[in-house]
Amino acid sequence: MVSVAIFDYGAGNIFSLKTSLEKNGANVDIITSFDQTKKYDGLLLPGVGNFDPAIRSIRDYSALGFHDFVKEKIPVLGICLGMEMFFKQSQEGKEKGLDVMNGEVIILPNNMKIPHMGWNSLEITKESKILEGVENNSWVYFVHSYRAKPESSDIIVANADYGIKVPAVVEDKLFFGTQFHPEKSGKVGSLMIKNFLRVCSK
Amino acid sequence: MVLTKRIIPCLDVANGRVVKGLNFESIKDAGDPVQLAEKYSNEGADELVFLDITASSEQRETIKSLVKKIAEVIDIPFTVGGGVKSLQHARDILLNGADKVAINTGAVKNPEVITELMELFGKQCVVVAIDSRRNYNIEKGKNIFSENGKQFWFEVFIYGGKKGTGLDVIDWSKKIEKLGAGEILLTSIDRDGTKDGYDVLLTNEIVLAVGIPVIASGGCGKPEDMIDIFKNTEVNAALAASIFHYETHSVNRVKQLIQENNIPVRY
Repeated sequence: MVSVAIFDYGAGNIFSLKTSLEKNGANVDIITSFDQTKKYDGLLLPGVGNFDPAIRSIRDYSALGFHDFVKEKIPVLGICLGMEMFFKQSQEGKEKGLDVMNGEVIILPNNMKIPHMGWNSLEITKESKILEGVENNSWVYFVHSYRAKPESSDIIVANADYGIKVPAVVEDKLFFGTQFHPEKSGKVGSLMIKNFLRVCSK
Repeated sequence: MVLTKRIIPCLDVANGRVVKGLNFESIKDAGDPVQLAEKYSNEGADELVFLDITASSEQRETIKSLVKKIAEVIDIPFTVGGGVKSLQHARDILLNGADKVAINTGAVKNPEVITELMELFGKQCVVVAIDSRRNYNIEKGKNIFSENGKQFWFEVFIYGGKKGTGLDVIDWSKKIEKLGAGEILLTSIDRDGTKDGYDVLLTNEIVLAVGIPVIASGGCGKPEDMIDIFKNTEVNAALAASIFHYETHSVNRVKQLIQENNIPVRY
């Protein structure tokens, strides 16, 4: 059985993500530190909380750092805030991001209702492991006020159209990020969770 | 594609059962909350709202376990409200699987709780529910409207629509936005349970007054009422209970009708 860990920043609902992973066959632990004796096949950075406190909870309470824990071996799925943390920095906070993807996170344009909340469709731009079997224009659930601005569009595998294009799924080696919430996106979201777990089991 | 309009079935729960009342009163049984939640989720509901209308403190443990049971069977966003007053209570709800907490009376009594919740969980978790009723006693400083030759203002009511607060709904909406609310669940007591359609005047005023999403609630008796509120206001979501509970209309069928009227929905 594939065994994954959800890192809990202590800031909201991770129960739904846990349930979704379990329904797709994973064994799930919730961790608050990277100092673990158990080995995991995958790591999830969930999508609830604020940038600075979440970064601090990842950085400050473990002897082992995020990068050493992952060691380019463990697949990581970052959801919403979790994905935003992959980048160098975010306008939401002052702390440095995890910097595993080049680029930054900026606030959504102020002509939109913020937080941006609801279902939008995916424009898939590239083949990717996490979107295997997901149809173009599938509906997914977004709730966010910030968006990623990668330095290169190479890592973007799907966008959402808000009038402007917003990166919806990013993928770089073993790092996968979704701006939306797969655990709240019905059957399509569940398929992405399943795809991620397949990557983890390899 | 733009962001779609959200269709949100609401589960009013008393003593573990879904109930529905008229003008916040005379309540009748409408089913098991877990079963209904699962059904609506499968039928294509965009979100669910779950309100504990008894909201007594003895019920808190029961509600926690009910939230968990519902979260286990659905894979769409989920708001829980009813009697939420403290951070701890909100935390209990969120950690058991809800995505947002709705506060109403608790926010009027202690507006700082909005900011505290926002700082801890983020804006997107904080829904302020506002129950509005027309007050025909004209007072200075209120936003005055008129319908059929009668003047009135919209007053915020609390304790399940039982008690007026003297607060103007428009002013209150702006205030809670400043305090950190991420969304407004706006219920028209004047329309609730009447099946006469949503309160277009009220909804439009609030949508124009704030920059955060607004959910219209109260008065939906048929799918056309949803089409009507989306055509006449820029509201982001429409909430309804009875049209879904009594099998009059499936969520999917309602969304099909809305889409046929060129309103963007997830269908």
